[in-house]
Amino acid sequence: MRIACPHCGPRGLDEFLYTQDASVTRPKDGGAAPTPEWTDYVYLRENARGPRREYWYHSAGCHAWLVLTRDVSTHEILSVELP
Amino acid sequence: MTGYRLPTGGLIDRDRLITFSFDGKYFTGYGGDTLASALLANGVKLVGRSFKYHRPRGIFSAGSEEPSALVELGVGAYREPNTRATMVEIFEGLTANSQNRFPSLRYDLLSINSVLSPFLAAGFYYKTFMWPAKFWEKLYEPLIRRAAGLGRNAGLQDPDSYEKTTEFCDVLVVGAGADGVKAAREAASQNISVILCDENPLAAPADLPATVTFLARTTVFAVYDGGTYAAITQLPNANPRQRLVRIVAGSSVLATGALERPLVFANNDLPGVMLAGAVSDYITRYAVSPGRNILLAINNDDAAALIPLLAANGIGIAGIVDTRRKSSDHVYHLAREAGVAVFAGAAILAAEGKLGVTGAKIHLHNGTTLRLACDIIASSGGFNPNIALTSQFDAKPVWNEGIAAFTAGTLPPGAAIIGKAAGQGINANIASHWHSGFNPGKSFVDLQNDVTVKDIQLANQEGFSSVEHVKRYTTLGMATDQGKTANVNALAILAEAQGKTIPETGTTRFRPPYSPVSLGALAGAHKGKTFKPTRLAPTHEFSTEQGATFIETGMWLRAQYYPRPGEDWLAAAQREVTTVRNAVGICDVTTLGKIDIQGPDAAKFLECVYTNSWTNLAIGRVRYGLMLREDGFVMDDGTTARLGETHFVMTTTTANAGKVMQHLEFCAQVLWPELDVSLISVTDQWAQIAVAGPQSRATIAKLVDAPFDVSNEAFPYMGCASLTICNGTPARLFRISFSGELAYELAVPARYGNALAAKLMEAGAEFGITPYGTEALGIMRIEKGHAAGPELNGQTTAHDLGLHKLLSKKKDFIGRALAARPVLTDPARQTLVGLHPEDGTSILRAGSHLLPIGAAATAENDQGHITSAARSPSLGPIALALLTNGPARIGEKIRVYDPVRQGDCIAVIVHPVHYDPEGARLHA
Repeated sequence: MRIACPHCGPRGLDEFLYTQDASVTRPKDGGAAPTPEWTDYVYLRENARGPRREYWYHSAGCHAWLVLTRDVSTHEILSVELP
Repeated sequence: MTGYRLPTGGLIDRDRLITFSFDGKYFTGYGGDTLASALLANGVKLVGRSFKYHRPRGIFSAGSEEPSALVELGVGAYREPNTRATMVEIFEGLTANSQNRFPSLRYDLLSINSVLSPFLAAGFYYKTFMWPAKFWEKLYEPLIRRAAGLGRNAGLQDPDSYEKTTEFCDVLVVGAGADGVKAAREAASQNISVILCDENPLAAPADLPATVTFLARTTVFAVYDGGTYAAITQLPNANPRQRLVRIVAGSSVLATGALERPLVFANNDLPGVMLAGAVSDYITRYAVSPGRNILLAINNDDAAALIPLLAANGIGIAGIVDTRRKSSDHVYHLAREAGVAVFAGAAILAAEGKLGVTGAKIHLHNGTTLRLACDIIASSGGFNPNIALTSQFDAKPVWNEGIAAFTAGTLPPGAAIIGKAAGQGINANIASHWHSGFNPGKSFVDLQNDVTVKDIQLANQEGFSSVEHVKRYTTLGMATDQGKTANVNALAILAEAQGKTIPETGTTRFRPPYSPVSLGALAGAHKGKTFKPTRLAPTHEFSTEQGATFIETGMWLRAQYYPRPGEDWLAAAQREVTTVRNAVGICDVTTLGKIDIQGPDAAKFLECVYTNSWTNLAIGRVRYGLMLREDGFVMDDGTTARLGETHFVMTTTTANAGKVMQHLEFCAQVLWPELDVSLISVTDQWAQIAVAGPQSRATIAKLVDAPFDVSNEAFPYMGCASLTICNGTPARLFRISFSGELAYELAVPARYGNALAAKLMEAGAEFGITPYGTEALGIMRIEKGHAAGPELNGQTTAHDLGLHKLLSKKKDFIGRALAARPVLTDPARQTLVGLHPEDGTSILRAGSHLLPIGAAATAENDQGHITSAARSPSLGPIALALLTNGPARIGEKIRVYDPVRQGDCIAVIVHPVHYDPEGARLHA
């Protein structure tokens, strides 16, 4: 697998680190209380077939965090964007 | 003809005579020989014993599909088991040995398994050794492991070396047969770069364009996403021994050819039963005739090409057995020219012979049986397009009835398959013939795993009807050859047993690797210290001169203690602590992560990632910070100094330096991209030395350049400054303390680390300064009750560590919401306390469990454990522990139970800060 880093160009998988699902958004309520919105953000993930948004970190490169849209059934990378 | 070497021909170098040994006997071969061809040239047919029945086995093929001729190469640590003799190029001094035989290849005691074979059918081990269960591990498995299996692991570290490279090309062509070479030339003519690989030791095709890189002895064994391929190059008798080549290709052309499948009949595993194409290869490539009287058994026209080849080389042909009811005009014509009889509509029932083929029993079309003498049975049951790599492209194989074989399914864009691999030009006029019925003697489908026709039928009968289940139940298609010669025959036999067609029965798919790959090659150079390099502290030379003992802590090699004559580790560490507490000591603390944080929003950014407040931190001040994960548990802690309005320097724990950097970058780039802040790790740029003890100020004072004032009033506790020392060297000074004493940390550019340590020693000499290591550091932090790695274990909350006051109620920060969950602040949680033994002398050890006094030592009664323990020179044995409802129990007694190291004593629960709880010394 190769990822086209917007800063560095196409690079091998071993330069990158997958960390987490990029489809969830951190609640903006300040976090005063552990609401269901917060537990969903931290713990709840869809496990759907097809395209997914994922956070990848160019750990052995430019240290950019990238949002990949990747089809998990075909492994095809549909887009690589900066967050 | 002496031996089996033909007088002329072949691609061998007859001027290069090579001596090698097999089972202790010396033989010669020529340059270009494989071990298999050289053994055949010397008349050696018996080369091994089979996996389960210990039956005699010979050389079956001439390529990577070899299921039988597996040998051990090399001796001692170099020994490499299960190597295919057909793929090993001989070199001077090569040592090879047969496998799976005792005491010798010809007289193998365990061939008794062959007599017992009615009891050793598929699933035998599962059925027989099921009960009693406890016998399995101790008795059955070791027995079976000794009896079965093939080669022996060397059991020693592999002394060979391996390397890895990455190659890029526009087009990758796999297979350098005629089709592959043609495809490579065509691609190159469009002025694009091409890599052409072949697993065989071929010479580069003549006149290849410069844009074609030819890699011989290179097997493309795996296909990965995004045009990435893995290949392994054999470097015979060289160091490194193998090279793993990662190939990144714009597109690929698979010209992998077709693999012949054998006909299945009784005793078809006897040495001398071979693939017809292999006989042809040995003659044309190596000028070796595997035998002198060869019987040909076929069901297709392709294999008939062997007839004129044998005739032209003066090799005897015992006859041609063609399973087709009417053989073809093509076969008749070739047979007539060679003067050989054709038995059409006939089939070999059994090979005959003891340690090798001496004849064959043939069922004739008229129902009678014929016995023919021969020394080789060359069989061809058709050809399977070699589509293993297409399976890795997720293209499901498709059955093609016309050629009685599977061809590739639809390949993704950028991948193409051509020639025989695509099913073109193979299996002309084939009539499938899957096995010769039920005859006395075993009919093997998979020679490597000793799987017979009956085993497959038995598996089906017992309900293992899916092809994947049959594979697992019988071990069909596993091990080094991955069923290259077996799978299609097996599938056909399963289909027959189920009364279904082959496509209805299905097929297994191929996974990587296509052929065996050494784990060493996958590791490449990344082993030992190359895998995990040692990071030396910037004062390493200084510590070495001071006689330090070193210890690996994470990635770093740190000074553990500095023993003086007669001191053990404990005496040295305790002396170091005492010196720090009474005078002054220095310790390299460079290994703590250092992150430089700058930008107009740097303070706001710290508010997001730390639980406590930062915008109100004055320039020139340092603050302790606590970081949570978003799930509310503690991630890391450390001090952060404000050097300017927009400039902070954060420290992290040594272990989490990389993790925190990654986390901060996530926060800055993803969560709060609107904040104008920049981060960079400066851990390796600054050498940082802790100077601790009542005399630390007096020591530091000698180094700082005027007019910097280190007095308590001018530079109080938790102060920080950029300054120069030693006449102009840039430095940073922090008045922070991990030891609990009046202390400073002094940072200089990393290259001055050793010099700074020496200067500090000189300055502190009059006070009796000592360097101290990680042991003394640890003792002092436990005395002071500071949480470190063992307490920041990913399962503790701010509440657990007594740090809940650091959770700001006025702002959002990472982990704020979920840290407020009642379960994370429950007083019953295991919480940080101190312990000291009731008797004042019993040694406390980390990992010991805490039990109510009088309670049984059971998991239900467990109330916590000791996380860190030390032997304080001033306080005696002390510990930090996580204890249920801890802070409420200070003053109580508890049992400290350590069955592993025979520890069992009573301890008093105390406040975690054992030493100077008021912190008066810090502010001195």
